[in-house]
Amino acid sequence: MQALIETIAGGLMLGALYALFGLGLSLSLGVMKMINIAHGDLIVLGAYLCSTVMQLLGIGPFVSLLAVIPMMFVIGYGLQRVLLNRVVGRGALSPLLLTFGLSIVLQNILQEVYTADTRSLQAGEFALQGFDLGGVSIGLLPLVSTVISVAIFAGTSWLIGHSHLGRQARAVADDPGTARLVGVNDRNFFALVTGFVLAVIALASVMYGIRTPFSPTAGPERLLYSFEAVVLGGLGNVWGTFVGGLIIGVAQLLGAKVSSGLGPFFGHLVFLVALLARPQGLFGKGSR
Amino acid sequence: MLRTDRLDAYYGLFQALFGFTFEVRPGETVALIGSNGAGKSTLLRSIVGSVRTRPDGVLLDGRPVGGDPERKQLDRGIALVPEGRRLFPSLTVRENLQLAMRNGRKGPWTVERLMKEFPVMEAFQHRPATALSGGQQQLVALSRALVCNPDYLLCDEISLGLSPVAVNEVYQLLGRARRDGLAVVLVEQNVKRALSESDRFYCIQKGRVVLQGSSEHADHAQVAQAYFGI
Repeated sequence: MQALIETIAGGLMLGALYALFGLGLSLSLGVMKMINIAHGDLIVLGAYLCSTVMQLLGIGPFVSLLAVIPMMFVIGYGLQRVLLNRVVGRGALSPLLLTFGLSIVLQNILQEVYTADTRSLQAGEFALQGFDLGGVSIGLLPLVSTVISVAIFAGTSWLIGHSHLGRQARAVADDPGTARLVGVNDRNFFALVTGFVLAVIALASVMYGIRTPFSPTAGPERLLYSFEAVVLGGLGNVWGTFVGGLIIGVAQLLGAKVSSGLGPFFGHLVFLVALLARPQGLFGKGSR
Repeated sequence: MLRTDRLDAYYGLFQALFGFTFEVRPGETVALIGSNGAGKSTLLRSIVGSVRTRPDGVLLDGRPVGGDPERKQLDRGIALVPEGRRLFPSLTVRENLQLAMRNGRKGPWTVERLMKEFPVMEAFQHRPATALSGGQQQLVALSRALVCNPDYLLCDEISLGLSPVAVNEVYQLLGRARRDGLAVVLVEQNVKRALSESDRFYCIQKGRVVLQGSSEHADHAQVAQAYFGI
């Protein structure tokens, strides 16, 4: 029993990290109607950037975020302005093709610069610490990343619901042409959104890099988990993505309990079954 | 003065406007009359930058402003109320107005003022904008342009599909704006209404001006002929 609770707690915390991966996808899909295939590779890029900053400055992974988050924001802003804005609003296929290409380019650049060796981010003692909660042992690192994830989701959801930026986001998502009529600079706004998405990715990629070793080709798998979280939760629903991430996380760890290699398989299985039962996602509005 | 000078406009390969020249002086109301597909909406959309034009095709106080994006025209004081209202369904009534006011110019028209003048709007301010009746939605759409405090208000079919009572309400608000000194360009299917609400009119046929003059002295037979192109 104890072991089961521990597995579920671990799964929820892993899921919170997947949810954080998925948040960016959910936002670009909701606001720009764009699926970014390079999302997973950008997560890996964030982890490598962090690793480089740590080596150059001799600092820990969390301190390195002070540099990596702004760097990723700038990369996201520039990427949207220079490249992705050209395909936004031109149907679903063009963004898919463009970001698929971007994904391949990124993977190859990462392999060229960092070689194919796996790396991980060393957080020292912190990564190993944990505490006991009524007989259930909980790792400090997963707990911290969960708290960060919840905070980011709460913040994003508040921004969407109550700020001028959020009103712009919803207006552009509803009707880009009319949003321009009331003075929204959609091109610049998209760039800000992608900048924000990459800043969130930076955060998530550091948590990820401390937990799991990564290599230049780890991106597509990250994309898949993120995507499952988004679709499972229902498109365009921020908290849905969060719950979707949790479900995938729990399913993976329960699966790994059954047989250590079956974790991802169980995640996919639960995704498939849930999607068969509710094609619009758990919190989706259904077909319109 | 807002003016178009020999303006051509295209949708893809289809040419919608042919050397279109017209003008609106500060504070005056101009009606555009013409059948469906005559190019009225295209003209309004070209002025605000939703349809591409040459820079010197649209002139504001003599300066070429054609082809600039919508937000720039809004800063210069040109706002469009689009056909079909086009409120944002994910935003409440208040949010629809707040968004526009924040992006528009400062001036006498504010969300609070409009809420005070239209108790209906205040009562429904936290509802999704599209939960309102057509007439109420049109009031919100008109208000959304007004809170940008434009000098030139372009209105595309603001009475289409509304009940007679709702139409009167919408024109009451427009009348208020006109008394405040706004210049209005009115696209209106109801020719009688268009003439009674405007100072001057242009009849448009297949992207060209075929008749223009003072609305007060308009010859209805001539207008009808220009409208139907017989």
